[in-house]
Amino acid sequence: MENLEKILLGHPFFKNIEGDYLNLIVGCASNVRFEQDEIIFREGQEADQFYIIREGTVALDLQDPGSGKITIDTLTDGEILGWSWLVPPYYWRFDARATKMTRAISLDGKCLRNKCENDHDLGYELLKRFALIIDQRLQATRLQLLDVYGLRS
Amino acid sequence: MDYEADIMTKTETIPDPMQPRRFRINNVTWETPETFTHELIPIDKGPTFTFEPGQFNMIYLYGVGEIPISISGDPENSSRLFHTTRVVGSVTQRLQHLKPGDTLGIRGPYGKGWPVDEATGKDILIIAGGIGLAPLRPVIYQLLSHREQYGHITLLYGTRSPDKILYYEQLKKWISRFDMLDVKVTVDHASGNWRGHVGVVTRLLSKAMFEPENTAAFVCGPEIMMRFVAMDLKKHKVPENQVYLSMERNFKCGLGFCGHCQLGSYFICKDGPVFTYDTIKSYLSLKEV
Repeated sequence: MENLEKILLGHPFFKNIEGDYLNLIVGCASNVRFEQDEIIFREGQEADQFYIIREGTVALDLQDPGSGKITIDTLTDGEILGWSWLVPPYYWRFDARATKMTRAISLDGKCLRNKCENDHDLGYELLKRFALIIDQRLQATRLQLLDVYGLRS
Repeated sequence: MDYEADIMTKTETIPDPMQPRRFRINNVTWETPETFTHELIPIDKGPTFTFEPGQFNMIYLYGVGEIPISISGDPENSSRLFHTTRVVGSVTQRLQHLKPGDTLGIRGPYGKGWPVDEATGKDILIIAGGIGLAPLRPVIYQLLSHREQYGHITLLYGTRSPDKILYYEQLKKWISRFDMLDVKVTVDHASGNWRGHVGVVTRLLSKAMFEPENTAAFVCGPEIMMRFVAMDLKKHKVPENQVYLSMERNFKCGLGFCGHCQLGSYFICKDGPVFTYDTIKSYLSLKEV
């Protein structure tokens, strides 16, 4: 636990978080490891975790019956994987696949949701931090949608 | 008579800046399905062709037209001239069919390029999008041949999809020289067996090592991409006057006479194409200037 606390505290996502909140979060955390090509979760499954990637790369895939697997994003060291645990009905929207051996901290979303319901200050603190990530990804997705490298007609 | 003779001599020796020089295509390399590189050798008796990273030439295809193309070769190799061109218009449609032995007219080099000397002692971020890697390749050559003069060097390259990656083999070589520069490549869309990064080039910024106050960022790509990159560099606290963007407009004369490439009070062909972000940021989001 002490080790996990140190790892979480050193991660930008938890920068300057209050010690009491960190203690509550650590109670929902565990170390996990995924081998290359291992599926971390699949679209439609219940989203009960999120992950802090310590080392490795994870691809977010969408399976298209016509053209096969389409990778829409990749996440690497230090990034956060998954926010569907925060948003009802708590199902994953994409597949997540380790494209190389990946070590991460898994945080139990159900456990955290309960703690956030009981302590709204903790909930607000976590939501503020996730809002930043969601904003960065939204801006990136907008740029991606503009298809700026395509030929203009 | 002496005066006339003197004028005649001067007229014969001063090259006309609008007069193209003749070059022969020595080799054609297809980089992607719609992008090719011409390796050119001068066939006139003109002076040695030298250029600075970031400058461009006007390429004249006899009887078809003239277009501006960035120089993409090594500035320290003056025996060969390289242009990387994407097929987009009528001149490039014809250029793509030229073969080794065919000749072209070339005027240049024009413009103010990347300030590699001013960047001495700094960390360098080279951020390229799509064919924007071509005008930045001379910078990479130059930085690598004077590697000891710079801090950490990072190349972040984003393009549309794996099959659109420019200079694929060269990127692999640069990646293998991890002690010289850090290279990260991403694509906006991927399917199949691509195992690299997927996502826009700005996402790679958080992976780069640089000391913001002491960083020079050289950015080239579509203007919208450059705007997003410049804004993200600002978030990372890189000063705006240390962010350099290479602008592209409809260059015609290349000398600042015709006004085709005017952007506010600047002629991009003469005052640029490389500008600091703080100089031109107010023009970047305008529909028309």
